[in-house]
Amino acid sequence: MAHTVTSPVYVVQDNIDTDQIIPAQYLTLVPTIAEEYIKLGSYALIGLPDSLYPERFVAEGASHTEYKIVIAGRNFGCGSSREHAPIALGAAGVEAVVAESFARIFFRNCVATGEIYPYDTPVRLSEIVKTGDVATLDFDTDTLTVNGTAYSLKPLGEVRPVIDAGGIFNFARQSGMIASR
Amino acid sequence: MIKTLMTLTEKVLARASGKTHVQPGDNVWVGVDTLMTHDVCGPGTIGVFKREFGKDAKVWDRNKVVIIPDHYIFTSDSMSNRNVDILRDFVREQGLPYFYDVIDDPNGNWTFDTSKGQLSRQYGSRYTGVCHTTLPWKGHTRPGEILFGTDSHTCMAGAFNQFATGIGNTDAGFILGTGKLLIKVPETMRFFLEGALPAGVMAKDVILHVIGEIGFDGATYKAMQWEGPGVYTMSMDDRMTIANMAIEAGGKNGIFPCDQKTLDYVRERVSENGTKQDFEPVELDREQSFSYDKVFDLSKLEPTVACHPDPGNRKLAKEMGNVSLDRAYIGSCTGGKTSDFLAFAEVVRGKTVKIDTFGVPATTKVVRELKETMWDGLSVWQILESSGVRLTENASCAACLGGPVDTFGRLNQPMKCISATNRNFPGRMGNKESQVFLASPYTVAASALTGRITDPREFIS
Repeated sequence: MAHTVTSPVYVVQDNIDTDQIIPAQYLTLVPTIAEEYIKLGSYALIGLPDSLYPERFVAEGASHTEYKIVIAGRNFGCGSSREHAPIALGAAGVEAVVAESFARIFFRNCVATGEIYPYDTPVRLSEIVKTGDVATLDFDTDTLTVNGTAYSLKPLGEVRPVIDAGGIFNFARQSGMIASR
Repeated sequence: MIKTLMTLTEKVLARASGKTHVQPGDNVWVGVDTLMTHDVCGPGTIGVFKREFGKDAKVWDRNKVVIIPDHYIFTSDSMSNRNVDILRDFVREQGLPYFYDVIDDPNGNWTFDTSKGQLSRQYGSRYTGVCHTTLPWKGHTRPGEILFGTDSHTCMAGAFNQFATGIGNTDAGFILGTGKLLIKVPETMRFFLEGALPAGVMAKDVILHVIGEIGFDGATYKAMQWEGPGVYTMSMDDRMTIANMAIEAGGKNGIFPCDQKTLDYVRERVSENGTKQDFEPVELDREQSFSYDKVFDLSKLEPTVACHPDPGNRKLAKEMGNVSLDRAYIGSCTGGKTSDFLAFAEVVRGKTVKIDTFGVPATTKVVRELKETMWDGLSVWQILESSGVRLTENASCAACLGGPVDTFGRLNQPMKCISATNRNFPGRMGNKESQVFLASPYTVAASALTGRITDPREFIS
């Protein structure tokens, strides 16, 4: 089965920190409580300054975004260790973030939760692609195709099967590292 | 037996994983000495733990779990109050000894009383305040050990010669059940400090200078090891300020060598609170491998500011006199220690601040010390208040990270704020169009007096 996602992309620049992904005032929501998980999705990327990002990521009143792929510059997810950040993006319906680089804890939280695929791109796509451009991400070939050009992304390597499994606990059970339930 | 030729971080990780040697890139399972969580990530961590290990599961070692409500405490936000209650229920169910609750009744519920206002004390006898400042105070930091916390500034405990780093709820839930975590051994960058800090320059200026030097992501995935004679001139508070901000350069951890100051500090505190007393520091090897190695002369540093919108956007305070400010703020794990408030008070003593100035002590111990420290018959607390600083007894993270809208000191409109805190990405202290400038307590104090960014040497002889 072909494993691809085709969607309009949302483009952000460098240093999108966890406060811009999910502002601190929404951290009162507990991700393991089902209705609060959905609420977190509705607030994804609401901390982006309107002056720089006039297009809202999640429409007012909606709980899901139309952008299943986020394109970012350097150091995406820097700042706090809040797992609410990858969870908010995942809950909003994001499948992957394609960034020039990721901050360490955010990357790890993407893998641990299995919420989204954090792809590194060697090309600075955030200056080439615009919000609303439609892209196809092929998870089998690690390729992002947008505006007629195919860009090779850095394969996810050893973290890929963990995200495929749906996070570290599912992976540990599937691979026999911890007892299955 | 630990083999030599490793960096401090490698040595701690080798010991914790039962190996004689590790190198950067190795993935190792480490045994955890301490897991800390708080009101923002604790409820989710508990949720993961119960979901994955069952509703009747017990934590792996109740003496190794530390729970510190500190983020959203003094707010009428009912979800925040509920989250403190979730922590209390879990502590009761698990019989955890190290819980620094806001209230004294183990069966009670926490509700902030807005009618009492923001300034006067609303906590019981066990409450401590900011987690990273509480951990060393209450004897939970020990040389050579492994500390994980559900907060990015957990790296502050690297001041005590330990490996300390921030993790998410899922990893923390895994630790609660197993006491272990799989981590990658980071490369180590060495920052070798020579000389001593000149008048008017603080540890905060050192770390702001270094982050400006290597960039906001200059230490991503790496350990920041601090060495050299300059390190030994610094107090434990200074070392904490520096280790705290490793994450602002993307670092995995910051770590210091252990000296007599470290030993004295730790021994006194582990005996006060009945925490584990034995520990084994990691020593410096003569030969180590670094991915970056640079000497910094402390005597050449000047008061430094990290400008909006990121902690690596470095300028000198003396070049920024044209930036007018709306607010000054002193507080947080980085900048809310007793020594930070004393430095601030030195500058504002006998003068009046020109802009709204908020002070939030990191811990309840800081509150007590500021009230008990007397300068010419007046307490430092009184000196600060009479200079016009709005000081609260309710120690917490407060507006450092914005928080609920009624948080003390929160930037609720677009404004320019100079702050002794550690992070200044857009929206960090509240309004997402506001601008935050990070600086030392001296520089924040001098700027509060003039209403523009000011080199504190104008006030310090």
